[in-house]
Amino acid sequence: MSKLVEVKNLKQYFPAPGNSLFSKRYLKAVDDVSFYINKGETLGLVGESGCGKTTTGKTVIRLYEPTAGKIIYNGEDITKVNMLPYRRKMQIVFQDPYASLDPRMTVADIVGEAIDIHKLAKSKKERKERIISILERVGLNSEHANRYPHEFSGGQRQRIGIARSLAVNPEFVVCDEPVSALDVSIQAQIINMFEELQEEMGLTYLFIAHDLSVVKHISNRIGVMYLGKLVELASSYELTFHSLHPYTQSLISAIPIPDPQVSRTRQRIVLEGDVPSPLDPPSGCRFRTRCRYATKICAEQEPEFKEVDNGHFVACHHVTK
Amino acid sequence: MSEYLVDIRNLRLSFFTPAGEVKALNDVSIQMKQGEVLGIVGESGSGKSVTAYSLMGLVPEPGRIISGTIDFNGHRVTEMTEKQLREMRGNEISIIFQDPMTSLNPVYTIGNQIEEVILLHTTKDRKAARERALELLNLVGINEPHKRLRQYPHELSGGMRQRVMIAIALACEPKLLIADEPTTALDVTIQAQILELMNDLRKKIGMSIIMITHDLGVVASMCEKIAVMYAGKIVEYGTAEEIFYNPQHEYTKGLLMSIPKLNATEHEKLIPIEGTPVDMLMPPQGCPFAPRCNSCMKICLREMPPYTDINADHYSACWLLQKEAYESLKGGVAQ
Repeated sequence: MSKLVEVKNLKQYFPAPGNSLFSKRYLKAVDDVSFYINKGETLGLVGESGCGKTTTGKTVIRLYEPTAGKIIYNGEDITKVNMLPYRRKMQIVFQDPYASLDPRMTVADIVGEAIDIHKLAKSKKERKERIISILERVGLNSEHANRYPHEFSGGQRQRIGIARSLAVNPEFVVCDEPVSALDVSIQAQIINMFEELQEEMGLTYLFIAHDLSVVKHISNRIGVMYLGKLVELASSYELTFHSLHPYTQSLISAIPIPDPQVSRTRQRIVLEGDVPSPLDPPSGCRFRTRCRYATKICAEQEPEFKEVDNGHFVACHHVTK
Repeated sequence: MSEYLVDIRNLRLSFFTPAGEVKALNDVSIQMKQGEVLGIVGESGSGKSVTAYSLMGLVPEPGRIISGTIDFNGHRVTEMTEKQLREMRGNEISIIFQDPMTSLNPVYTIGNQIEEVILLHTTKDRKAARERALELLNLVGINEPHKRLRQYPHELSGGMRQRVMIAIALACEPKLLIADEPTTALDVTIQAQILELMNDLRKKIGMSIIMITHDLGVVASMCEKIAVMYAGKIVEYGTAEEIFYNPQHEYTKGLLMSIPKLNATEHEKLIPIEGTPVDMLMPPQGCPFAPRCNSCMKICLREMPPYTDINADHYSACWLLQKEAYESLKGGVAQ
C-alpha cells in the first residue's frame, strides 16, 4: 500500500486575543501531529469539541496555512506550492448542509461551479451531462438540478454537498462531521453512500466526527485527538477493543450503547472535570489533569507518540510494550 | 384520582401556519406512573418535544390543542388558567433544555437565577433561598459553589451550565423532570457525567423523568419505558427491553438496524431507512411510515393502523400486527 497523504509534525497556531506588543499568545489548535493515509483507505479522527480535529482536516488540504510541519501528497511536498492543481484532487464535505450551500445558486450551479473552475467540461452539453451523472450517483435526479437548496431536506442537502465535492473526480476527500447534523434514520443512508462511492471511485477519506460508533464503522484506522495532540492511533478494531490510552478508554466507555442490558451493567469510567482551555494547556501530558493514572512524570515531560504494537501508536508515559 | 402521575389521552395538537395546518400530534396517549423514567425517541419534527411541552401547558403560537385531555398529578392541565399553570411550572414540573447557553439569562448571576425559582414558589426568604441554592449546587456536583453563585453563565463551561440548569429545575423538588435533549449539545465525556448525575438524583429524590432524545444509546442506559414517535404519533411503546430486543413496528426495527454499534466485532452493513422524513404539511393518508416501509401493504396507504397489544406493557400501531392477529383468529375459527 502506498501513502496518499502524509502529514509530518503539523502545527496550526492561531493568534489569540489579548496579544500585546511584546508578548504573543497563541491558541495551539493542532500541535505537532503526524500521520499518513494510505490510498483507498479511510482514516477516522475523533475527539471532543475543540480538540483540533476539524482544524487538522482543513489544514491538510491547506484551507489554513500550516504554522509548521509538512504535508505530502502523493510523494510531493505541497506545504508551500500553488494549490490550484491539487484542489481538484483534494475535496471536502462540510458538517452543516444548511450553511455550506449558497442559497441563491441552483443545485446545477453549485455542482457545476467546480467543473467550470477546473475546466473539466468542453461544452455546455458535457457540463450538464456531468452534473446529472454525479447527481444520480448520489441518489438525486435531473429534476433536482434546477432547484434551490432550501427546497431540500437535510439529508438531500448533504447529498448535494457530496455531489459538489465529487464533481471534479477527486482522489482524496476530507469528510468533516458529514452526518452529525442529520437524523438517525438518514445517517445510515449517507454513511452507506460514502462507502459505496469509495468503492466505485477509489476514494481516500479523512473522516472527522465526534461520534466514535460512526467513525469506527466507516474507518480502517482511527486517530484520537485531545487538545491539539494525537494521543492514540490504531486500526478500528484495535482501538475499540484494545485501546491503550486512558483518554481513549474513557471516551469509549462514555459512549451510551443502544442495548439496555449492556449499558446498564457495564462499568463506566466517568472523567472528572472539563477539557482545559487550549490557550493554557497543562504542562507535560495534556490529559494529566483528568487522568486516573497521572504521576509526577506526566506533569514534567511530554509523552512521546510511539509505536507500541504493530501499527498501534500511543502517547502515554504509562503504556509500555 | 387517577393512578397515573401523567395521563395524556387522545391528544391532538395542530399548528396553524400560513402554509396550512400542521398536525403535530395525532392522537397521542401516554400514561406514566410516579417514579418512572420514560424516553421519547423520534426524528426531528416527530412531535416529541411538543408532547412534553404541552404537559406544562406550553403550546407555542400558532399551535392549538384540538382535542384530548392532559392530566398531571390529578389536575387537568388542559383546563388550567395561566396563573395555575405558572404555579405548576418550576414547582411540580420542571424542564431542562438542549442548549444550556441560551436557556440561562446572561445578565443575571447563577445564584440569582436559582434563587428566583425558590423565592417564587416557596415562602423562604432571601437568606434561606441562598442556602438552598448552595445546597443545590453541591447536589449537582459543582465545585466551589460559593464562588459560582456570584458568577455569570458565560464564565462556566457547557457541562457546568447544564448542571446549573438541573439545579434550577430541581429547586422545588418537582414530581416530574422533563429533559429535552439534555446532552445533545455536550461532548461524550460530559454527557456521561450529566447522565450519571441524573440517574443519581433520580434515586435520591424519587422524581419521574421524561427524557426526550434521538440517541438510542442514551435511552437504553436511562429509561425503563420507551415511546417511539413518528410524524406526530406514538408508533410503538414498551419497556426498554421490549423495544430493543423485541421491536414490533417497522420503524423501530429500521432505527435499530440503521445505527452503527460500537461493540460489533465485525464490519456490519448498515440497513438504512430509505426515503425522507414526512412532510408534515402534507402527511400521507393512512400510516405515516408507509411510504418508507419495506413491508407496506395496500391497507397501509389507506387507513391508519390501530394499536395492537403485544403484552401488558407493549403496544404498537402497525397493520402487520393486525394481520397476524386476524390470521390467528381466522385459523382458530377454521379449526
